[in-house]
Amino acid sequence: MKAHTDITGTVPGAGIDLGGVPSAEASGWLDRMLLIREFESTAGPLAAAGTIPGGMHSAIGHEAVAVGVGSVLRRDDVAAAPHRSHHVALAKGMDPGLMMAELFGKRTGSSGGRGGHMHLADFGAGFFGSNGIVGAGVGLALGAALAQSYRGEPRISAGFFGDGGANTGRVWEFVNLASSWHLPLLVVCENNGYAVETRISDAMAGESIAGRAAGFGLPSVQVDGQDVAAVHRAAAAAAARARSGGGPTFIEALTYRHLGHDIGERGQYRTTDEVSWWEQHRDPVQRLRAALVARGDLDDDGYERAAGRARARVAEAVAAAEAAPLPDPATVTDGVTATELNIRSGS
Amino acid sequence: MTAVSSQATGRRTTLSRAYRDGLAEEMARDPSILVMGTDLYERGGHWAQVTGLGPEFGRDRVRNTPISEAAMVAAGVGAALDGLRPVVDLNFADFAFGAMDEIVNQAAKVRYWWNRPVPLIIRGTTGFAGGGAQHNNSLEAWFCHVPGLLVAMPSTPADAKGLIKTALRGADPVIFLMHKMLTGLRGEAGGPDDLVPFGQATIRRPGADVTVATYGVMVGKALRAAESLAADGIDVEVIDMRTLMPLDLDTVQQSARRTRRLVVATEAYRHGGVGGEIAAAMSESLFGELAAPVLRVGAGFAPVPHSPVLLDALTPGAADIERSVRAAMRAGGAG
Repeated sequence: MKAHTDITGTVPGAGIDLGGVPSAEASGWLDRMLLIREFESTAGPLAAAGTIPGGMHSAIGHEAVAVGVGSVLRRDDVAAAPHRSHHVALAKGMDPGLMMAELFGKRTGSSGGRGGHMHLADFGAGFFGSNGIVGAGVGLALGAALAQSYRGEPRISAGFFGDGGANTGRVWEFVNLASSWHLPLLVVCENNGYAVETRISDAMAGESIAGRAAGFGLPSVQVDGQDVAAVHRAAAAAAARARSGGGPTFIEALTYRHLGHDIGERGQYRTTDEVSWWEQHRDPVQRLRAALVARGDLDDDGYERAAGRARARVAEAVAAAEAAPLPDPATVTDGVTATELNIRSGS
Repeated sequence: MTAVSSQATGRRTTLSRAYRDGLAEEMARDPSILVMGTDLYERGGHWAQVTGLGPEFGRDRVRNTPISEAAMVAAGVGAALDGLRPVVDLNFADFAFGAMDEIVNQAAKVRYWWNRPVPLIIRGTTGFAGGGAQHNNSLEAWFCHVPGLLVAMPSTPADAKGLIKTALRGADPVIFLMHKMLTGLRGEAGGPDDLVPFGQATIRRPGADVTVATYGVMVGKALRAAESLAADGIDVEVIDMRTLMPLDLDTVQQSARRTRRLVVATEAYRHGGVGGEIAAAMSESLFGELAAPVLRVGAGFAPVPHSPVLLDALTPGAADIERSVRAAMRAGGAG
């Protein structure tokens, strides 16, 4: 296994193998990946322009990881994500309108403008939140898995984090506890090779993240994160194991973010050649498109129609967010606790 | 808020046992409650706080964890979000440092963002005692400074039981702090339906001359100081805050308006603490009505030392309260 250092050209060939995945299912993946791509392509410039306040972490390039894992999660299963999370939220079925309104800081957003892009959540869709703290979302998914196991439910949870999180202590505390207690958890590491602007080879000892995880006694696999079918297969095996009481699985997905760590980053830590290589040869959306075309499941018109649906859905979300009311400033200290605090706060 | 003394109707017990009984009663009535932490199932916790609950409720509900505070608290937050009522028992409150992100950045903020209940209890034993600096921190002021957390600090067995029962029926994350030196404190505790509300201080001793507002281990010291001062004709009213978030400033204000003198006593550092908040709030609201400045009693500003003579020098006692009460009586003329 590789630690994602200079993996250009070392991952398997550009073609992806859809195997026996039914056409409708694979087309559904494409729809979802296009929705993510469109959402990020639209929201990013709005954040750069300041229309969306507070910055943003774009997930362009990560679509296959979220959609591949999301393809095995049911609506009442749980997913939790880190700071780069829009793809996970959308893959879990969160309404893009709720998300966009939250990004805009509007009253109609998923937390009424109190959260922002790092604190999206939709409990009805089983999305237990984006998380601004590296690795922390895995802990919330761990807790949901504990509740699922405690009640004997067939539900499972997936906790996403990145290669940066693989160097925090908390992530390995979570993995150890999940493995010790055989909890129905998928621990999904999106290894995009860079912790903010630090290359993984500068920051990580040992051979690979998946190799580290194996030491905790749970099945641990490394998968091409730009291949949605490969992610799906790994996640399906993990989900089947988790649902049947077989405990957690660690999945390290090698992926790549096309944009910077955050919107507006200058990006002096990697070459434009490297970014271009990934965009041209390992774009997860185009790889799925090519596989569908090769199988005769899709043509250019079909792809354009799918892309058009995504554009319409995101345009609708933006229009609704723009038109939505702002939160009432008088409510800023409301709802901090269920219990009345009766303290003498504020000015 | 009215100041109502809790009705202790049950048999005499210890504070630790009363907490344990409250937890057991709630676990029996609510299967969504589970408790997790190190050394709980067999040992019953390091302060006998869950003695016997392991065999009584089984390993699913009384879980021994690895020494992984981040994992146990994170699991508690996630499980609470999924509908359970976890009690994470840190044994020593000091070990919260290993889970500070999970407490402050996760548990505390969820309701504000997502209007989602987080019925999570984080219990720890706290306060000054032997054992040195790393096991004797006073963290209540830290937690009170975090929007989204409730903080309880009982001083009697009845309150330990009644407050944990209330916490376990609530919807907020609660930091439940029990002082080491009160672990074996004996007193009566209430029955299965005796709940102590959060945010209601109680008057432990009525008095006319000076109000002492305090909590936790300092309540007993304040009562001892009051007895000593009574011999000199100084009638002290002692208020036990019981919870520090919510903080029942109304009861303090009503009392201090009557006595016109207020001393705020904490074992925790005088500087930057909960006592300062009470004092400041009363100075703001009662400035023209007080006969003396609001005075604070609290520890000096140093890590908790090992040598008993040094520990004693740092720990505020009844004599410190007595001295401040006498100073309040001297200040500002006749009451």
